[in-house]
Amino acid sequence: MSDQKPKVAFYWCASCGGCEEAVIDLAEDILKVVEAVDIVFWPVALDFKKSDVEAMEDGSIAVSFINGAVRLSEQEEMVKLLRRKSQLVVAFGSCAHLGGIPGLANFWDKESIFNRAYHTTPSTDNPEGVVPQEKCTIDGKELYLPSFFNTVYALDQVIDVDYYLPGCAPPRDLIMNAVQAILEGNLPPKGSVLSPNKALCEDCDRNDTKPEKLAIKDIKRPWEVILDPEVCFLAQGVICLGPATRTGCGQRCISANMPCRGCFGPTDQVIDMGAKFLAAFASILDADDESEVEKIVETIVDPAGTFYRFSLPTSILRRRKMEEKR
Amino acid sequence: MSQQAFEPKLVGFLCNWCSYTGADLAGTARMTYAPNLRIIRVMCSGRVDPQFVLKAFQEGADGVLISGCHPGDCHYQEGNYKALRRHRLLSKMLEQFGIEKERFRLEWVSAAEGAKFQKVCNEFTEQIRKLGPLSWNGGKKNE
Amino acid sequence: MIHLTIDGKKLEVEEGTTILQAAEKADIHIPTLCFHPLLEPYASCRVCIVEVEHQGKKELLTSCNTLVREGMVVETASERVLRARKLNVEMLLARAPAAEPVKKIAQELGIEKPRFEIKDPQEKCILCGLCVRACEEVVGANAISFINRGQEREVAPPFGEPSEACIGCTACAFFCPTGAITYEDLYGRQVIHEELNLGPATAIRVPIRQAVPMVPFIDEDACIHFKTGNCQLCVKVCEKEAINHDMKEEEIEIEVGSIILASGFKPFDARRIPAYGYGRFPNVITALEFERLVNASGPTGGKILLANGQEPKAVGIIHCVGSRDENYNEYCSRVCCMYSLKFAHLIREKTEADIYDFYIDMRCFGKGYEEFYHRLLHEGTKFIRGRVSEITDIPLTPEEEGKLIIRVEDTLVGTVRRIPVDMVILATGLEPSLDHNEIAHIFNISCSQDTFFLERHPKLAPVSTFSDGIFLAGTCQSPKDIPDTVAQAGAAASEALALADKGTFELEPITAEIDEKLCAGCQICVSLCPFNAITYNKEKHISEVNDALCKGCGTCVSACPSGAAQQKHFRDLQIMAEIEGLFID
Ligand code: SF4
Ligand code: SF4
Ligand code: SF4
Ligand code: SF4
Ligand code: FES
Ligand code: FES
Repeated sequence: MSDQKPKVAFYWCASCGGCEEAVIDLAEDILKVVEAVDIVFWPVALDFKKSDVEAMEDGSIAVSFINGAVRLSEQEEMVKLLRRKSQLVVAFGSCAHLGGIPGLANFWDKESIFNRAYHTTPSTDNPEGVVPQEKCTIDGKELYLPSFFNTVYALDQVIDVDYYLPGCAPPRDLIMNAVQAILEGNLPPKGSVLSPNKALCEDCDRNDTKPEKLAIKDIKRPWEVILDPEVCFLAQGVICLGPATRTGCGQRCISANMPCRGCFGPTDQVIDMGAKFLAAFASILDADDESEVEKIVETIVDPAGTFYRFSLPTSILRRRKMEEKR
Repeated sequence: MSQQAFEPKLVGFLCNWCSYTGADLAGTARMTYAPNLRIIRVMCSGRVDPQFVLKAFQEGADGVLISGCHPGDCHYQEGNYKALRRHRLLSKMLEQFGIEKERFRLEWVSAAEGAKFQKVCNEFTEQIRKLGPLSWNGGKKNE
Repeated sequence: MIHLTIDGKKLEVEEGTTILQAAEKADIHIPTLCFHPLLEPYASCRVCIVEVEHQGKKELLTSCNTLVREGMVVETASERVLRARKLNVEMLLARAPAAEPVKKIAQELGIEKPRFEIKDPQEKCILCGLCVRACEEVVGANAISFINRGQEREVAPPFGEPSEACIGCTACAFFCPTGAITYEDLYGRQVIHEELNLGPATAIRVPIRQAVPMVPFIDEDACIHFKTGNCQLCVKVCEKEAINHDMKEEEIEIEVGSIILASGFKPFDARRIPAYGYGRFPNVITALEFERLVNASGPTGGKILLANGQEPKAVGIIHCVGSRDENYNEYCSRVCCMYSLKFAHLIREKTEADIYDFYIDMRCFGKGYEEFYHRLLHEGTKFIRGRVSEITDIPLTPEEEGKLIIRVEDTLVGTVRRIPVDMVILATGLEPSLDHNEIAHIFNISCSQDTFFLERHPKLAPVSTFSDGIFLAGTCQSPKDIPDTVAQAGAAASEALALADKGTFELEPITAEIDEKLCAGCQICVSLCPFNAITYNKEKHISEVNDALCKGCGTCVSACPSGAAQQKHFRDLQIMAEIEGLFID
């Protein structure tokens, strides 16, 4: 790496584009990056083609930053290609790391999603009932679309991943630290998440406001109450995933007076973030009586969606049970 | 798999002081019951981490049982209340995963209730037999 | 010291002694009426009059309130004394001809009829003022006093109305030497102490004759001192000076190595079976009440009597009251068969009554028990197998008139019978003591389905509990009789000693541990630990487990949302591996 600047690739899969934005948002810092590296592939910003990548020697890219979950065959193909060409692959952002928001689609399957998107949403205007086909012929020409999977995958469920940059999107200091570490070759063991292995409460300014006994009877959603900007959300009866979420984000949501929703994913010791948060949260519900417990549980509108907001594809169950094909 | 041949695989998390002892009693009292329940002993029903339940389903369980001391009788005073709270919330969540409520059961079996343990095992097995296999297929990359 | 002579006897007594006290010391009897050793002398009856010679002067003085003086010569029965005393007694007799103690003294003095006019032949009050002084000096209530003068003088509450100041202690009646005061409980304030509702008791008393330790206690609710601040007569009479009204209940902490729970039982409350009429029919009594009744130190001195004081002609004993019954307790009381047989035997011994014993099964399992049952069969107790459905006082035939009728299905004969008796004894079962649940909670021990404390193992560890160092003895563990209780208590004691002897105590190595490198200090676990074994360390920003307090339930471990807490031998990874293992075919 002495005479030649290391080659770097960026790629996006199923994502909102926020992670690309995060790279742009590095602002003047990005210049340092650009100075130090040679960007060889970045579909969002630069006009490289797939064939350019295919032409590269295997392992010639120093590092590929890939954001977004894998939901289409095209994405699978591209990430496999990039894996082959790269020495390091970094799963960039919650979706690549955990499956992210697109991963919530795992509560459905292809059929139900298509049905919803192309037939039943109130805004659908599709009188002929056209649905995307993987292959169709128009004016005698064959057109192909990538196939749409039933299940959304996190990056490491499709290819081998070396490092993870958590967050929706990853914060600037973590990105810069990662880039620096890669440039300096000063890397932690493979498979590491590049953020401290402790839960968010560790850094949360509100942590010391927790009462001696946390007990919740009345669960409130953030819009139902005027939130005290100083006091722990849990103590205010609002679901905060902070205790089950890795720290490192700089408590972005908390400082905006919104509870943590878990975009940094679990700590290393936890396999299933949603289940673990459920365990903690259910335990502090303030009821011993069956019907009372049930009453409180009823008020938790969408437990799976809430507890797995960013991590459904990487949970133990990964998705809703697929209906048997008749 | 025909319904006839289906033998449910059930996983039971039993608390050491009541239910495990109750299962023991069912054994020493020579009660016969459905052999489908595979038992994991924990000190208290409060030790049952929802991760374990998910893991059991994912590994192939058709039903999961948590059994602890009766309310008020937990050897650690209140572990079973925590189990109760988690059970209710987790059941609700499992339904979102397409896993029927019936597949995840919470029972109170005291050390003196060998007969109840027998009944719970038999009932649960029959219930799951009727429901059919869960055969968890979630998300293995096979497309 | 003062020297004096009484009726020729030379005495030496302490200064401040009265002549009456000095005479008593010398065994010389001086009659008194208005004097009471616990009250200040008042000298109103003048019956205790004596002739005193001092410094050459002879005079008649009341001995109850005259202090001795050096060189005094006292005559208690000189002619002059007797003449004066006679006159005094005659006047008292004329006033209160119905007063027994006056009559007695009059008789001793040879008075047949007073020479004065008798105003009211029923009068008992001699105006000695003992009652007034008791109420004032002892009780401090000042509810009665003298009113009017001369012939009209009498003792009465203010304005002759029932007095609000009266606390109903009846001390006035107690002190009255002639029985002139009777009382009526107008305000429900009369202090009658209950001993199983069977009779009155005093405010300071030994709870029962068999009490251990055998020392009296003061019932604060009944003691006059706690009402008015006065009285303390008990303090005055207790020579050992053992009574101290200022003592307070206190909580003491004692550090111990092991604990034996022997919190016993409470008898089944017979009121819960309304069909048996306990509480409605005065002659339906419980087993414990019967025990008091036949006890020689009981309210009837051991006689078996009905509420009206008569001896019963027929007695029914009903077994298994509240036991072996799905509606109350399913378990057998293990004692009611045998004590019922004992009762039958006692009734046979002490009365002529017919005895009916209503049982479900005869459970005479102990040593010599079956033999005792056979003896009863021969003694003529009538045993009827069947559960009593009702006890009623509504007669259907003339011979049922005024009786309690026991309705029962005699399952051996196969018919429903009505058996008229005078007294019914309910052989009530055993239930865990009142604060049983609280005790279970404090000591963290479980209860079995019958709600008695659960032993660690029914065969192998019958006196241990699941909490190390806590042992069980007696009926808190299950209903049992005295021999079994004693045996179990012995076993519990030796287990406790064995533990104390060893001096060390093995903790199960299954406690929770928190990895401080991983803990975020979220304090979820802190809220959950039932033993407060976890504390949040604000400085270090982590939570910490106290190994000695942690019992290893694992609740915190399963709840720790960041996986920082783990339970030794029950780690997440271990249990996960176990689950995987279950599915290896
Ligand atoms: S639960 Fe949320 S608000 Fe409370 S201390 Fe943790 S991160 Fe902060
Ligand atoms: S507070 Fe939670 S949801 Fe918000 S950025 Fe941080 S980790 Fe993500
Ligand atoms: S294992 Fe149980 S007893 Fe021990 S610290 Fe955790 S909650 Fe407390
Ligand atoms: S629950 Fe876990 S992370 Fe939170 S304070 Fe306890 S040990 Fe630490
Ligand atoms: S020990 Fe049995 S449930 Fe807690
Ligand atoms: S006894 Fe002395 S005057 Fe009555």
